Amino acid sequence: MSVLLQGLLYIVLAPILGGLLSGFDRILTARIQSRVGPPILQPFYDVGKLFSKEQLLVLKSQSIFVIGLLISMIITGALFFAQQDFLIVMFVFSLSGVFLVLAAYQIGSPYSFVGAERELIQMLAYEPMILLIPVGVYMAIGSFSIQDILNSPDPLFFQLPGIFFGYLYVLTIKLRKGPFDLSASHHAHQELVKGITTEFSGPNLALIELAHWYENILLLGIIYIFFAPWPVVAVLVAIGTYALEIFVDNSFSRVKWDLLLKSSWWMTLILGGGNIVYLYLVKQFPALFSF
Amino acid sequence: MSVLSKSPWVIHYDGSSCNGCDIEVLAALMPRFDVERFGIINTGNPKHADIFLITGSINEQNIGIVKNIYEQMPNPKVVLALGICATSGGIFKDCYNVYGGVDKVIPVDVYVPGCAVRPEAIIDGVVKALGILEKKREQDCGGNCSCSGEGAC
Ligand code: SF4
Repeated sequence: MSVLLQGLLYIVLAPILGGLLSGFDRILTARIQSRVGPPILQPFYDVGKLFSKEQLLVLKSQSIFVIGLLISMIITGALFFAQQDFLIVMFVFSLSGVFLVLAAYQIGSPYSFVGAERELIQMLAYEPMILLIPVGVYMAIGSFSIQDILNSPDPLFFQLPGIFFGYLYVLTIKLRKGPFDLSASHHAHQELVKGITTEFSGPNLALIELAHWYENILLLGIIYIFFAPWPVVAVLVAIGTYALEIFVDNSFSRVKWDLLLKSSWWMTLILGGGNIVYLYLVKQFPALFSF
Repeated sequence: MSVLSKSPWVIHYDGSSCNGCDIEVLAALMPRFDVERFGIINTGNPKHADIFLITGSINEQNIGIVKNIYEQMPNPKVVLALGICATSGGIFKDCYNVYGGVDKVIPVDVYVPGCAVRPEAIIDGVVKALGILEKKREQDCGGNCSCSGEGAC
């Protein structure tokens, strides 16, 4: 299959898979809370409804940033699934986060503003770890190309276990799951944690949700590349991770922002940094490690 | 049935209710009845909501707030007056600062009487509101035009 086709497939299939994943998420969450939960297609009903509603805008430029968010998210995912350069993927990925923050910042409503600040804090927390992944990948296989990662004979996981677990830690933030759902939580609709989406209604809110689905599929795709030579294992690990995140989401209460920031940076330093130092030593002084 | 009635998001506002009706509303929304089965979410944000649940009468203090919430909701939208206070002013009707029911300020689509209103009646009211929401959507040219859904647009 040509890489271009894979990129196109992502653009078409990711919202469908992402929506189903979100439906599965809501059902599993409901079951954990001993409820029945909505039908699996509920996220599609929600987004469909939002598209059919009136667009209320505080500022016209609001929509531009939301469209920017969606487009940069789609480009990120398409580049990733078309097996392009990992570094570029990560930079465009950060851009999509910036669009969301700008969209909320410019409106000037206090809720939206606090939401944007919280989103920025979250970005500060996860960004170092996200950037360490390409670094680790380069040290392990000597290339940033995702194609090379997929073609490498051994799973990356064995060389980058620290990076993998560090990524899992910040994945909770990215997937907007508790205890790190400081901005745009999936629950708590009446609280400040929904601040970032306060001023978006109808179609714009639907686009934000759509971008979130694209993002979720990309994030699970990144888990996949750690186990790329074993596709079945990789898919199972990705699904298992998502289920684990839902479980964690329902088991812990939300933390304060300083704990979030400190703990993610420590995790990045210990797991991510430790792994990179270890790889460096192994590559530079192989004699030390040949017991 | 379109997606609109499969995903009704509500916002609940307590006017000058004695809290009796509010407790019943929250009872109907609690996990035991699991309204999420029908896609109902209590949003607490007028810009995300389709259904406005309002309890208690309208007085000097909350008249602006009720208007504001109503105007911030995107079309199509419906308003439910829950309890006899919200319907007509009820026991507080003759108070010096009370205007009366919710329909003194904003158009009400469904009146649900009761003091306090029963959770079953609330659910009945919401089901009725879903039908009205559908009708409004058809009138409203898919919610894209700027009319408020009352009368012909
Ligand atoms: S209708 Fe009765 S229970 Fe409800 S707010 Fe009025 S007085 Fe209280």
